[in-house]
Order: sequence, then C-alpha cells, then structure tokens
Amino acid sequence: MPIITPQQMQAGYDVIVVGSGAAGGQTAYTLTMEGAKVLMLEAGRDYDPVAETPMFQTSADAPLRGVATPDKPFGFHDATVEGGWQIPGEPYTQVHQDPARQFEWWRARMMGGRTNHWGRHSLRNGPYDFKPRSRDGLGFDWPVSYDDIAPYYDKVEMLIGVYGENEGLENTPDSSPGVLQPPPAPRANELLAKKHMARLGISVIPIHRAVLTRRLDHVGLPPKLHPGNPRAQRILGKAMSERAACFWATPCGRGCAIRATYQSTTVHLPPALDTGNLDIVPNAMVREVTLDARGLADGVIFIDKTTGWECRAKARIVVLGASSCESVRVLLNSRPAQFPDGLANSTGLVGRYIMDTVGTAISGQIPALENLPPHNEDGAGGLHVYAPWWLYREQLRGDLGFARGYHIEFGGGRGMPGMGTGAGLEGFTRGSYGRRFKEDARRFYGSFMWFSGRGEMIPNEGSYCELDPAVKDRWGIPVLRFAWQWSEHELKQAEHMSETFRTIIREMGGKVLGHAANRKRIDDRAAIEKGGRIIHEVGGAIMGTDRRKSVTNSWGQTWDVPNLYITDAATFPSNADKNPTITIMALAWRAGERMIAQLKQGTFTP
Amino acid sequence: MNLPESRRIDRRVALKWLATAAAAAAVQPHLGRAQAALPAAKGYGLDPLLNKTYAPGDLWPLTFTGEQRRAAAALCEIIIPREGDVPSARELGVHDFIDEWISAPYPDQQRDRQPVLEGLAWIDAESQRRFGRDFADLDQAQAAAICDDICHAPEARGELQKGAQFFSRFRNLCAGGFYSTPAGMKDVGYVGNTPQIEYHGPPPEVLRKLGLA
Repeated sequence: MPIITPQQMQAGYDVIVVGSGAAGGQTAYTLTMEGAKVLMLEAGRDYDPVAETPMFQTSADAPLRGVATPDKPFGFHDATVEGGWQIPGEPYTQVHQDPARQFEWWRARMMGGRTNHWGRHSLRNGPYDFKPRSRDGLGFDWPVSYDDIAPYYDKVEMLIGVYGENEGLENTPDSSPGVLQPPPAPRANELLAKKHMARLGISVIPIHRAVLTRRLDHVGLPPKLHPGNPRAQRILGKAMSERAACFWATPCGRGCAIRATYQSTTVHLPPALDTGNLDIVPNAMVREVTLDARGLADGVIFIDKTTGWECRAKARIVVLGASSCESVRVLLNSRPAQFPDGLANSTGLVGRYIMDTVGTAISGQIPALENLPPHNEDGAGGLHVYAPWWLYREQLRGDLGFARGYHIEFGGGRGMPGMGTGAGLEGFTRGSYGRRFKEDARRFYGSFMWFSGRGEMIPNEGSYCELDPAVKDRWGIPVLRFAWQWSEHELKQAEHMSETFRTIIREMGGKVLGHAANRKRIDDRAAIEKGGRIIHEVGGAIMGTDRRKSVTNSWGQTWDVPNLYITDAATFPSNADKNPTITIMALAWRAGERMIAQLKQGTFTP
Repeated sequence: MNLPESRRIDRRVALKWLATAAAAAAVQPHLGRAQAALPAAKGYGLDPLLNKTYAPGDLWPLTFTGEQRRAAAALCEIIIPREGDVPSARELGVHDFIDEWISAPYPDQQRDRQPVLEGLAWIDAESQRRFGRDFADLDQAQAAAICDDICHAPEARGELQKGAQFFSRFRNLCAGGFYSTPAGMKDVGYVGNTPQIEYHGPPPEVLRKLGLA
C-alpha cells in the first residue's frame, strides 16, 4: 500500500491519522509496525527529500542569493514548500489589532510537515517540566511524570538517532546508556563562548539533535524497539541500513537526501509504508470528524484539493496530528448534534491555552574571532552545543521576577557565506572599498555571533483560538481567529535573555550589535518576539486527570469521544523551554501502543 | 561572465511590463521611462524547484538600461576588483544579480529599487559634472576621486550624502552578491560544502590563536 488517490481508498481502516509530521509520522509508524491498517491524510503534496533536497547548491544558485522572501520565509533553499506564516487562500484572522496580541501561525502543507525543515533539536522535558504547577503554583501539571515518558524518549531516540551526551544536569534528563550517538566536536566559536560563559556560571554542553553522527545499529536496535515482532524488526533493520551518517556538509534545514537527519519523510514513513499497512492520501484537507449513532468517531470528511471534491473515509479510531491549532480547527469544525460547540468540547476548553516559545536574539562582533585560519566549520549542519537553563534555584526563590527558564542557542563563525557576508561592515571599516575592502571582509568574516533564547511560556486565558464566524478558506472551511497575550513572566524573561546575551558578548570582548534584524519583535522597545514566530505551537486541547478541566487523558484520548485521539502538541498542558518535537513523538508512541491494545481487544468494534 | 541576452529577459513578459510601467512613469519624472514602478509580477511562489540553478532574468524581467548596467558594472569592478586569479565582482556578473535584486517583486527588494536606480543616475551625473564623462568611462584615479568622497556615509559632506547612502547600499549588495559565489566564498576563507568522512572540530592552530589549545 502506498501513496494513493481518494478513489483508491479502502472501505474502512483500523485507524485514520490526520497529518504526516512528527505526530502523524510516529503514530502511523507505531501502529503499522504492530499490524494496524492505517490511512494517513496529508493536506499538502507528496514530497520526496531524497529527490528534492538542494544538498550542495550555494546561495548563488538561488534567486536573490537565497535570501528569505514572503514566499520562502527561511530562505530559498529551506525544505518547506507550500508553507509559511501566510499561505494564499488559507487565511486566519485576529481578535486584536495590537500586534503584541496577535499570533502568527506557521503551517507546512507538505508530506512530513514541519519535520522537513526543523532544527532537529531534541531536548527532553525534565521532571520539573511535567509538574510545573506543583513546583511554582502556576499553569497546569501534566497527567504523566517524567518517569512515565522516559522509556518512550529512549525508544524515539533509538529510532530516529539523536546525538548528545549525558551530563546529569538539573531538569536536563540523561538518556539510557547506549541510546545517544556521540556528539560532534564543538566549533571554534562554540568553544570560545563556552569558556566565557563558564565565567558567568553558564554551562555549555553538547546539544541533543536528531542527526546521525554514525550509522544506526540496524542489527542491534530493531529487537530493542520491537521485541517479539520479527517482521517489524526486519523492516526497521532495512530502513535503518538505508540511512547514511552525516557527511558534515549542507544545512539540515534544507532537508537531507542521505537521510542522516530525522524527518518524518525519511525516517517514519518509509518503514511504515514498507509494512504494507499504510495508505497515504496527499492533498487531503480534513474538514471534520464524523460520529456514528453510538457517539463514537467513525471517520472524517476531507476535501481532495486536486479535484475540490468532498470525500469520506472510515475507520475504528481517528487520530488528529495535524499540528496543534489545525487539530483544534478540525474539532471546532466538527459539529454533530451532541457537540454544538465542536467535537470533544463539552468543557469549552478546545482552543484554550495555546502557547509558543519565548524568543529573542542578540548579535555581536567578537574581535578574537577575526582573521582565524580558514577551516571547515560546516559540522552537523546545525548547533553542536547549547546552554540549558542554569538558574533553577534562584528562580524558585523568586530572585528573577519571572517564573520559568530558557535555554540558550548560539552560533556564528565560518558558515557558508550568503547575502550577509561582507555586508554592513561600514561601521567597522570606515567605508573601505576595493582591495582594502576585500581584506576587511576576510578579517571580519567568521567574527559575528548570535545568541538566541528559547524560553517557557505559561498558559494563560488571553491566548486562544476559535472559529472566525465569517471567514472561510479556499476550500470553504471556516478559519481560525487568534488572540494572544504575553504575561509579565514572558516579557521579563525575554528582557533577561537580552541582558544575558549582551553580558556574554561583552565578556567575550565583543561589540553588541543589538537584536537580530530578521526577527519580528512585538515592538521596537520590547525584547520578546511575536507569538507564533518560534513555531513551537502547542496547547489548545490540553491533557489532564480531570475530565472537567482538560480535553484528553494522558494518552491524548478525548474524554468525550474515546476513539478520537490527538497525538500532536495540542495536548501539551505546558510548553517547557525544551523544543517540543521529541516529546510529541514520545507521547505519540505511547498513544499508539494503547490504540494497538484497544484494537486487539476489539474495544471500538461496531 | 556576461549572461547571454536570451537569459536576461523574457520578451513577452517584458512587453507586458513596459506597458504597465509606462503609465506609472508619468508620476515619477526623475526616473527614466518605464522604470518607476514594478508591474504586478509574481514571485517564484511557495513551491519553486529548489535543486536547480537560477540566473538573473529567469524569474522576472530585469530593469537596467544599457547605461545603468554599465555604471553598475563599473561600480562592481571598483568595489571588488580582480585580485590575481580571483575574478572581480563585475567578471562574476554581480551587477546582473543586483539587477535581478532591484527587479524582484518582494518588499525588501522593492525598497532598494528606487535608491539604486537614482544612485546610478546620480553617479553618472556626478561624473559628468566633474569630468565630462559617464562613470564607466572614468580612469581609475577619477573614479576613485568620486568613490573616496562617498564611501563612508558618516563623513560624506552635505551634497554628497545622497551618493554616500547609495554607495553604502550598493556595496552591501555587491559584497553579498560576490561572496555568495563559489569564487567569493573561497576568497573570504570559507572551507566546506563538501562531504567529509569525519568532523574533527577546529585545527590546533585555530585553538592556539584563540588561547584554547
């Protein structure tokens, strides 16, 4: 079973999975490897990273030297196609006029969704992150603890391949022995920053990223991941043997034709398709989930974007993994008689508590990095190191004036030149041109660094999405309307980031250049970037232990409709500073196991 | 490395564009005919072919007249000249890239359109005023005399401030255009974009220079 058209769908499936990214990919993988028949519906086109990734193209090969444009917000060679903060024909609206109270919604309408271009940062939530309310009285606790999820983090890391090291730091979990791949050696600018950040009490350690620094153990890993299932082991072993290790060139954001990084399209979908248990319909824009007479989900209605026709698909379980807000949108657009305010929304909580990550970035020029001997710094196509949050104790004492932490991502150095290279040097060179300018360009190239914060946002009542009462998209489907609110906790946290980064740059003997020009802050005076700009959209259908105060249980199973699951980040009751992707996958694996058990027991059999 | 004429402009698109722009020229008398505003040209969209090489003029019509192109090429030559085996920005066609840039239908690039076109007109006018010739026809000393006066905006005297603002922007475009080519990348000291078996981190001489050895 392969990529198909709606006409080729079977009459019924065990499970329908909406979305093909981290959530949909992991859910479909777990289900199909254990024998369930799955239909995956993806709103975008089919996409093949092996054939389509621009691996060695330089900026000079691209229009406009590859700079970001409204059509390609992360630059021409970024993997995302049919995606961005604005998609023609698929609008969304805002409750508030004030830019500070607006949410910008990133979507990637393509097979694999956002996993094709993401940063590959794979940081586990720690013990505090699952119980934030118990620790400081704010937000919500998760209905699971770190220990509940740790085995699934191990499984996901073994499946996708993650480099990093176990450092034993507070709330920065270690993986089980033998799970992580070795981290790459730090670059010169990373080592220099590490030395100076240590003087400020900030530890710099290897980051965890989903990039293979060596080939996967395709013999040893499959039995650990699929014990007692020789067929799954054989299929996974083959898929793992087809992935190459990183060859230390080309940025991961373009995608990876040699399959050295995790993206759903190169890691989850090939073995899932190989089982013969997966059908995928691309260009399938899901509008609503349908219920049967018992009040159980029995399928979905979607628009085939290639024909504009309305299509129906049937299954015993329906899983939403369309991205947090898109899954919320499907629920709100599903309005059977029992649920006039939207499916699984008897609490009125669907769409509430959407969160993004707090972000700001400061750049600087570091004289110590001028005129370094030329050497290769491409590395693993992304960060090698980072600084986890280091002020847990001070924060808990109330010394900081904001409640949650952030980690620091930073970089610079001698990456592949582009439009920014040699530009903006006038202030350093007194306006040189000609041969003197070329000497200046060589001197300053590699001496610029950026520091970027990624911090926790606490869910609040002012950040939500709902259906716009009037506006519809090109498929006739009502669109989302967003409201946003940063609280003092986030605003102060971003100011703390900004001050910290300036201090680090000065400690390195550098000149602070200010906020990165390409980032969109809420206004020129504030440090914090606009809601949605970090693209860590979570929440909107939060999980909990109390069905009156949450939309799903800890498996993402909606309280109101027990065979309707959500496996994307919509269920997150908090948004730790850790990037959400690996947690999405760990929860999806756990949910998939429960679905398998239910299918075997015949729980939802008509 | 001049582009073949056929790649520089799609005539069908260009004709449509000339018709649109001619109307706009009436309200922009200080720019040449047909240069004031862009037509409603489309960008490359949300799903362009990524793993292919594009040249200026492939996606939208270019703008420069013969005179403007000559002035832009001469400026590229003086900002980033040939050095031994390393070609100049002009030899790498960076002036055609700048034409692609100011002709693009995106907001960031459209902001540069008028300043660059007016700046090219300004530098020819200044050359005529001082030496009775277009900028592209000046000898090295004459061209340097003008560039020295406008190369550092904070120091540019009153009436030269406009030229200095232009030079600053043009130099950024020229540098970015040059250093993003394979020859420019090599020249600035970039090493990479080639597969490696292993990655070892910085070599000892780099660590020594940073005091990290």
